[in-house]
Amino acid sequence: MAITFNVNGEPREVDVDPNTPLLWVLRDELGLTGTKFGCGVAQCGACTVFVDGMPQRSCVTPVELINGSDITTIEGVEGPEASAIQKAWVEIDVPQCGYCQSGQIMSAVALLRDISDPTDEDIDGAMTGNICRCATYVRIRQAIKNAAAELKG
Amino acid sequence: MTTVANDVLSDITNVSRRAFTLGLGASVFVLAAGLKPSFGADGQAYGGDAMPHGLKEDPLVFLSVAEDGTVSIICHRSEMGQGIRTSLPMVMADELDADWSRVKIVQAPGDEPTYGNQNTDGSRSMRHHFQPARRMGAAARRMLEEAAAKTWNVPVEEVEAVNHEVIHKATGRKLGYGALAKSAAEMSVPPREKISLKKPSQFRYIGKGKIGLVDNFDITTGRAKYGIDTRFDDMLYAVIVRPPVYGGKVAKFDATEALKVPGVVKVVELESPPPPSEFQPLGGIAVIASNTWAAIQGRDKLDITWDHGPNASYSTDIYHADMRATAQKPGKVVRSYGDVDAAMKTAAKRITADYYIPHHAHGTIEPPAAVARIVDGKCDVWGPLQDPQAARDRLVKLLGIAYEDVTVNVTLLGGGFGRKSKPDFALEAALLSKAVDGRPVKVTWTREDDLMHDYLNTTAVEHLEAGLDADGKPVAWLHRSVAPSITSIFKPGVKYEAPFELGMGLVDVPLDVPNLRVENGEAEAHTRIGWFRSVTNVPHAFAIQSFVAELATAAGRDPKDYLLELIGPPRRITLKLPELKTDDPWWNYGEHPETYAIDTGRLRRVTEVVAQASKWGRELPKGRGLGIAAHRSFVTYTAAVVEVEVDGGGRITIPRVDIAVDCGPQINPERIRSQMEGAVIQGVSLATVSNITFRDGQVEQTNFDGFELTRIDAAPREIHVHLVAPDETYEEPLGGVGEPGVPPIAPALVNAVFAATGKRLRELPIRDQMAS
Ligand code: FES
Ligand code: FES
Repeated sequence: MAITFNVNGEPREVDVDPNTPLLWVLRDELGLTGTKFGCGVAQCGACTVFVDGMPQRSCVTPVELINGSDITTIEGVEGPEASAIQKAWVEIDVPQCGYCQSGQIMSAVALLRDISDPTDEDIDGAMTGNICRCATYVRIRQAIKNAAAELKG
Repeated sequence: MTTVANDVLSDITNVSRRAFTLGLGASVFVLAAGLKPSFGADGQAYGGDAMPHGLKEDPLVFLSVAEDGTVSIICHRSEMGQGIRTSLPMVMADELDADWSRVKIVQAPGDEPTYGNQNTDGSRSMRHHFQPARRMGAAARRMLEEAAAKTWNVPVEEVEAVNHEVIHKATGRKLGYGALAKSAAEMSVPPREKISLKKPSQFRYIGKGKIGLVDNFDITTGRAKYGIDTRFDDMLYAVIVRPPVYGGKVAKFDATEALKVPGVVKVVELESPPPPSEFQPLGGIAVIASNTWAAIQGRDKLDITWDHGPNASYSTDIYHADMRATAQKPGKVVRSYGDVDAAMKTAAKRITADYYIPHHAHGTIEPPAAVARIVDGKCDVWGPLQDPQAARDRLVKLLGIAYEDVTVNVTLLGGGFGRKSKPDFALEAALLSKAVDGRPVKVTWTREDDLMHDYLNTTAVEHLEAGLDADGKPVAWLHRSVAPSITSIFKPGVKYEAPFELGMGLVDVPLDVPNLRVENGEAEAHTRIGWFRSVTNVPHAFAIQSFVAELATAAGRDPKDYLLELIGPPRRITLKLPELKTDDPWWNYGEHPETYAIDTGRLRRVTEVVAQASKWGRELPKGRGLGIAAHRSFVTYTAAVVEVEVDGGGRITIPRVDIAVDCGPQINPERIRSQMEGAVIQGVSLATVSNITFRDGQVEQTNFDGFELTRIDAAPREIHVHLVAPDETYEEPLGGVGEPGVPPIAPALVNAVFAATGKRLRELPIRDQMAS
């Protein structure tokens, strides 16, 4: 079945089993490997993308549900929050292996778009779905706060 | 010095076919090993020299300068979050006096005859390669200086390399590294005595912590390529269902329904070799498809009857009880001095405790995955491999092709922690590529596959007994450890732990007690056991450091003071036969027994530093407590203070952790901090929530809902890393950094829970024991 949607602003059409999770469509069909596989069951957050601006776990999002939607992945995320988050991440060297960080960054951008000045509890709420096995959590928290401060100017 | 085209410099570039066009041939020779010889008087090799293929330090192999001035530096160790792709090239660049912004990092393929040992494991990369990297950078700097001196026809002593150019001081003439590249390549590599290393005061990057990770931009923009991200246009995608019980195999299977799934191309049966499985694939049934999802769907449709084999009754409940029973009986004595039995008899008080840790999985967020391709009899593999040479050697055997015809390309690793030092998944990819006439095939392990077929950290019962005198000071110490051995994956019938496992915090216990005996009880493995970050240091430190705190309580003493008293006065300990009762001499992480003697002064110091920094002894509100623990591992010293808060329902939060580390010279302090932060939280994870259990030979936790990992909400809110006693000369022996942060965390945490609640927890994880 042909399914059409926009990815990072570009129209795309794929002809796959409509149950195929968006994750595998992005990675295998479209070659967008920035979105990561970590668990396949919405437990780790590595596969987080935006569907019409809302963060979603692409590993449990059947591609048929996003027909006509706008998808944003780590390769295409932009705007003031994204820039501030990416900059903060680099500035304090958040990543270790980096594998989870696409998902962490997508969740963090979504958080800042929602709440410009998040508390620790807000951060817990938005980021608890994202596992980092290297355990960079202390820096993730700090980088989110730094990005929020930068956005406030 | 040679020129090199710029187009070979991508992240996962294969350098094996890189053309060095200038200056090679007769002038190439390898610099002799270590400034401080790492050979003992016994002629025995230690450290990097004792590793397979040893150390290679030929600047012509590792460094090149292009005519545009780009310096390319090869990283031959695998990047898995420890920052080695940044730190090791940074060392070379510093001695070369290169401008970091003009340095490109090239990842080496698996080729130890060329690069020296590449097995990125055991917290060894910087420890073994710091001095060789310095010498290579310094040798190349000398060659550039000689080239400039020759150009200007002046003595080399009159010129100096400074930040990517060579300057003639007297006349102010300058030549950039790029301009000198060609003529420098014609210089011979200077002999050791002509190489002058920088003085630490001249360092630009070493010890400064100013250099960000070289992969940061790619990581934060989704461009970084891990093994699982490898792609080819005509690539096929595979998943495998492996025997659910270690040692099992397929009895019969029917692939009819699987083959009907759209996209499924082929179903392949893979042979299951009988245990011990070493690094070989486990076999099973593979489904090859046009994308990962189709392969997974096809796999779900397979109809398989298994022959579960001899481990089908493995249940960790029963195994735990058996280990506990074994731990009550005398075991094989592995270290002994004094007379423990006599001292126990006359002791004023005797304390006994048993500690338990379950199996623990690596849970790298990038699961094992690899791509293989076979073209014209040549096999190329791409994978997140900690030990690419191990992969290459086994691929040669598996495929029966020449060594030169196997190329193992190392991608970024999405976490390693020891799992990816086993290349079984790369071998699977090669077998499946072969099954489809050499087309590229990517094997992806789903999370379920990863947790069900990991090389798990061992499970252990640690039995401790102490006799205390009337003042509460221990006069006798008995430690009996029971745990299945990693060596069981290499040979059948293994019942005891190997010297390297006993040497991780068990026989090398650095306590000052007059009578001591360490024993090892029998245990046979029923699953694949492997290295997990800090390995058997986890159970040993957990037991010993918990027990010290228990003794402090029994003696009515402050745990920190008591710990320091037990560590005793500063002294250097070298374990020797016959006090050590193992077949081999003291393992000591492969390092020289005198150069790297156990230094109790350093252990005391990290303990004192962390106690002071955490304000040990401070008043805390009800429900809060501090716990302390110290441990030496990977020839580095760490101590931690964990602060916990336990609410009425038994829920634990961790407001703060302090950790002090003394790893000798600190090369990239920022990476040491980040490794410690990660290790602290992995320690919290294994102490509080994570475990792997078996029933009927099969793992019960199949995803992150069962194998829980600490998430941001439960992570310590603050982690303070204290880098202790930096060696300003940078000549002292280096300690490891990747692993030593883990061992003290679990005991410090349970000691803190005891301080907060009076509840002594001796089994990990503590999650289910907090409610009552
Ligand atoms: S892969 Fe989607 S949440 Fe883990
Ligand atoms: S940085 Fe490695 S999993 Fe998060």
